[in-house]
Amino acid sequence: MSAVDLPTDGAAPRPAASLARRGLRLLWLSVRTHPRPFAVSILGAVVFGATAVGGTWVIGRVTDEVVVPAFRDGVAGTTVALGAAAIVGVAVLRSLGVFARRYYGMKAVRGMQRTWFQRVTDTYLRVPLSYFGAHPTGRLLAHADADAERATVVLQPLPLSLGVVVLIVLSVVSLALIDPLLMLVGLALFPALALLNHVYSRRIEEPAARAQARLGEVSGVAHESFDGALVVKTLGLEDREVARLRRSADRLRRARLDVARLRATFEPVFEGLPNLGTIALLSVGAWRISTGAISTGELVQAMALFNILAFPMRVVGFLLEELPRAVVAADRIEGVLAAPSRPQPPADAQVPLPAGPLAVEVEGLRFGYGATPVLDGLDLALAPGEVVALVGATGSGKSSLCHLLAGLHQPEAGTIRLGGVDLRRASPASVRSQVALVFQESFLFADSVRENLTLGEPVPDDEVWWALARARADGFVARLPAGLDQRIGERGVTLSGGQRQRLALARALLRRPGLLVLDDATSAVDPTVERRILDGLRGALRATTLIVAHRLSTIALADRVVFLERGRIAAAGTHDELVATVPAYAALARAYAQGATP
Amino acid sequence: MRRDDTAAPGAPPAAGAEAAGAAADLLASSPVGPALDAEAPPGPPPEDEPSDAGPLAGAGALEVLRRGLAATPELRRGVVLSVAMAVVTAAGKLAVPVLVQQILDRGVLGPEGFRPGFVHGAAAVTALVVLALYGLTRATYLRLVRTSEASLLALRVRAFDHVHRLSVAEHTEQRRGALVSRVTSDIETLAQFLEWGAISWIVNSVMIVATFAVMAAYEWRLALVALVAFLPLTVLVPALQRRQLAAQDRVRTAVGESLSEVSETVAGAPVIQAYGLEDRARRRLRSAIDRQYRAYLTAARYVAAMFPLGDLFGACALAGVVAVGATWGPGWGLGVGEVVAFVFLINLLLNPIAELSEVFDQTQIALAGWRKVLGVLATPPDVPEPAEGVDLPRGPLEVEVDRVSFAYRDGVPVLHDISVRLPAGRSIAIVGETGSGKTTFAKLLCRLADPTAGTVRVGGVDLRDADPAARRRAIRLVPQDGFLFDATLGDNVRIGLGAGGGAADDAQVRAAFEALGLGWWLDELPLGLDTPVGERGGRLSVGERQLVALARAQVGDPGLLVLDEATSAVDAETERALARALERLSEGRTMVTIAHRLATAESADLVLVFDGGRIVEQGTHAELVAAGGTYAALYRSWLGNTGAGALDGDGDGPGQADAGGPTAPISAR
Repeated sequence: MSAVDLPTDGAAPRPAASLARRGLRLLWLSVRTHPRPFAVSILGAVVFGATAVGGTWVIGRVTDEVVVPAFRDGVAGTTVALGAAAIVGVAVLRSLGVFARRYYGMKAVRGMQRTWFQRVTDTYLRVPLSYFGAHPTGRLLAHADADAERATVVLQPLPLSLGVVVLIVLSVVSLALIDPLLMLVGLALFPALALLNHVYSRRIEEPAARAQARLGEVSGVAHESFDGALVVKTLGLEDREVARLRRSADRLRRARLDVARLRATFEPVFEGLPNLGTIALLSVGAWRISTGAISTGELVQAMALFNILAFPMRVVGFLLEELPRAVVAADRIEGVLAAPSRPQPPADAQVPLPAGPLAVEVEGLRFGYGATPVLDGLDLALAPGEVVALVGATGSGKSSLCHLLAGLHQPEAGTIRLGGVDLRRASPASVRSQVALVFQESFLFADSVRENLTLGEPVPDDEVWWALARARADGFVARLPAGLDQRIGERGVTLSGGQRQRLALARALLRRPGLLVLDDATSAVDPTVERRILDGLRGALRATTLIVAHRLSTIALADRVVFLERGRIAAAGTHDELVATVPAYAALARAYAQGATP
Repeated sequence: MRRDDTAAPGAPPAAGAEAAGAAADLLASSPVGPALDAEAPPGPPPEDEPSDAGPLAGAGALEVLRRGLAATPELRRGVVLSVAMAVVTAAGKLAVPVLVQQILDRGVLGPEGFRPGFVHGAAAVTALVVLALYGLTRATYLRLVRTSEASLLALRVRAFDHVHRLSVAEHTEQRRGALVSRVTSDIETLAQFLEWGAISWIVNSVMIVATFAVMAAYEWRLALVALVAFLPLTVLVPALQRRQLAAQDRVRTAVGESLSEVSETVAGAPVIQAYGLEDRARRRLRSAIDRQYRAYLTAARYVAAMFPLGDLFGACALAGVVAVGATWGPGWGLGVGEVVAFVFLINLLLNPIAELSEVFDQTQIALAGWRKVLGVLATPPDVPEPAEGVDLPRGPLEVEVDRVSFAYRDGVPVLHDISVRLPAGRSIAIVGETGSGKTTFAKLLCRLADPTAGTVRVGGVDLRDADPAARRRAIRLVPQDGFLFDATLGDNVRIGLGAGGGAADDAQVRAAFEALGLGWWLDELPLGLDTPVGERGGRLSVGERQLVALARAQVGDPGLLVLDEATSAVDAETERALARALERLSEGRTMVTIAHRLATAESADLVLVFDGGRIVEQGTHAELVAAGGTYAALYRSWLGNTGAGALDGDGDGPGQADAGGPTAPISAR
């Protein structure tokens, strides 16, 4: 039946045959990855199939050997006990089979889900930074969660489907052994059920999907409407909004009724048809008993067989229905896994960066995303310990330069030398400890303050406090209810943007870097505090510091300003010099002064 | 498939397809429904209020049911229909074992031997009964769905309507997701329950009672044997059930934890790469994923064990009935057919037992959802409108705030005894830190909430007495994000006329843009007023959204304008357009601005400085700077910070953790 039924995916746009092939490939891949739980589960399913048919046989025998004789000329107590024991014994076996099938089936499913989950997250750890910009966070989460689940749930009925094959074969064989005529009645019934199931799944798919889409629409209306509550209220649009929701909810109701009509038509047939079959069986069977062709017990057994045969159609149907969805989810996951890794540092990249403030020499630096060059032959030199403000319009390449200096991107051409060492030959570990890049979006882990600074390294508390003090974050951390152990983001403890930025800064300072790159990392910090931080750093750390600046107050803190325009350093000097001599810089400075674009 | 292998020893209906089961099947195969095999997937709706989420006590459940039926009286009819359907279904199912007994005892094994006429006649009658019951089941089920869908629609619309009538104090960012759940997922749990769970309770209870009744009619002693065999289930199933629910709770927690670990990996990717934290992240992910896996397996153990229980005890009942029936049956005057009928009757009990144990779980979820919906409906709207409202005068409006205090429902006071007079036609800037009460103050001016004490008079009228339509016409709020609906640009301006304002034609809308000096901008758009703005105005830039919001205010011609100044970045050109539009919009109106920019406060006729829910200073910019108080300090730190220009936003304010920090005494950033 499966070969015939495979294209049950109905509405799926892809060619059914290739979808079926990909479905089988997915199933095979999953079974191969977790062979043991699958094997146990399938064994359980086979035991279930065999004992389900065996149970009907036991009932038939007990009818003939125990019940009928008991009413004719009596039966021995031991025979009765034996019959009862057989019924319970088969049930115990069957229950064990069911337990094994279900438990190990779920073990296989969850195991495969875990495998996908791990592979997806491993991918997230090896892709370049640009990958995260190109894919919305929500979708990345969904790959690890919903897609992994969807790609595996379909495995759950797989063992049962195989057990059902055993069940069907054994049932048909035992029906044939009882009476070929009864088997014929049965063989007429099952194709009808299979066909009905096929038609039902096909027809319900589209209305069910529509109902689902309508539900999404209702949710969309509610979201938008509540989001705009202020506008709705001040303009008195409540009635308009209610009418809008009513229309949407009514469409949902009608879609649900379409589904219900199909359900109401088909579902009772799956119940009724086997009943009609049983009735036909009784009519024929009664006659066969009277002619002595079969015994009473055999008729009872045949009727019991009919009833266990009604449901397998549904199970196989479910597997086939879910398969396309699982294939689509697996395809999405495969797409993630295929993402290229970020380039690995070459094997000879082992030169350690010197300790202390680092000189920065950048020559002919080129870098771009795709075909568009962002940095186009940029030259820049920073003396050790110098504090330089990097100024440029949005999109001029400031962040790219910062990332390149920290080794997060690889230049397309040109060289970056830190402390005289070519970044390509520098050991990655020393770059990480000597170069600290702090981002504008200060990311803090949902963990303690201490963990957010030490990042799992064993660091004495006084070191942590030193870094906090340099970032002017010691005051508010000391006042947190749990101090260094305070978990970030826990109920009631919210940090302001400026506080978060100061913690991120402290994280960088803890490592006492020789080059500090602040990519607009103090944008939410009060200017007076920002001044105190940088003044403090000049004395305590003396790191070479490059600050992306959007505020005149920040610019004022720097020794020197470099102005980035069209991928190159267009000018360098003091703020006043640049305002006087570079019109583009003067315009930008004016805009900052007016408070336009942070 | 929820009941896949409850089909037992010898038999009957494995895939009971009475409508109840039907719903279960659809549930299992629909993308929203639980996965196959009743292995409930984790996390139904998001748990926004932990206090609501716990399992409901029995009394609580009855109370929810009582109040729920009161809120949606249509559901009563549903109960009647369900019982009718249960009886019909039970009759259909019981007909077959009875026929088996009749044919065996009277048609084949009876004293008269084989009676073809009786056998075929009885079979034909039973077949007719089955067919007739099919039609009845179909009709009743459809009626039931129609009733329940209609009542769900009514409930959904009522809840939605009610949410909009609630005070804006309920509409916080944090609560918004919860409010959306009230009209979506919470009602969905109810929908699933009504179309499967509730029916299942009734149908299966009726089925069990009816089956035992038929058994007892045949032979009460055998029925008793069956009953005793099933009794242990009444203890075992609830015990397993409880463990299973607890295990599924742990699954939900574990899934949440592993998801937040992934989201840290994604959101923290720059930090992870810059600090070389890949190994640490991988370790943490692995352990979270493993914890999730183990939680799943624990839950799976209970689910897997629960399933064969009915089968096992059914077999015991069967063995008992056969043994007792064979030993004493002849003496009690039984027939072979009657004992065989018991075999089939016992199997009829297995499905209902299995389903009842599953429906338990769903019932709790549905009750929790229902309770939340009812909770929303029970929240009184805070801003009752007057029956006969007073009209507000045209032209610029004076505002008098007289000893106004305000506290949120949970009792947190926000404003303390504020009195101030805002002269008509002037521009007033409100400054203060986050949490100083300035936003709440602005909301009271629009009557988005009523003060807990004191009065707000606009144009001489107490806002509580003002006609709602007049109030909405005369007072306009322009929120910070200028919220736009997913419609055309023209539509978004047109709603500015308000519900009672009639439809503005394109000329009126265009005139509003012209009046603000924005005609050129409209001309630059290829589709002009027909430009679709996208979800939340996403197709326009932040600044352009604000332009539309200003035009929306302009088209209504209000006398009092309350503006929450935007903090977000806007390009220089739009910035200039906005400034010019604002200037024109404020002409001839009283304008109250929650100011985030120094320039706004500098140019205002009156500056109100809020701190801790009080107005601590008021005057012109020059006066306040000269006075050397809070505002002067604010101004000084501002001067060093002309760039960012936000007075609060997410600045360094003494929020919860930073109160009076050494770093930010004034904490303007």
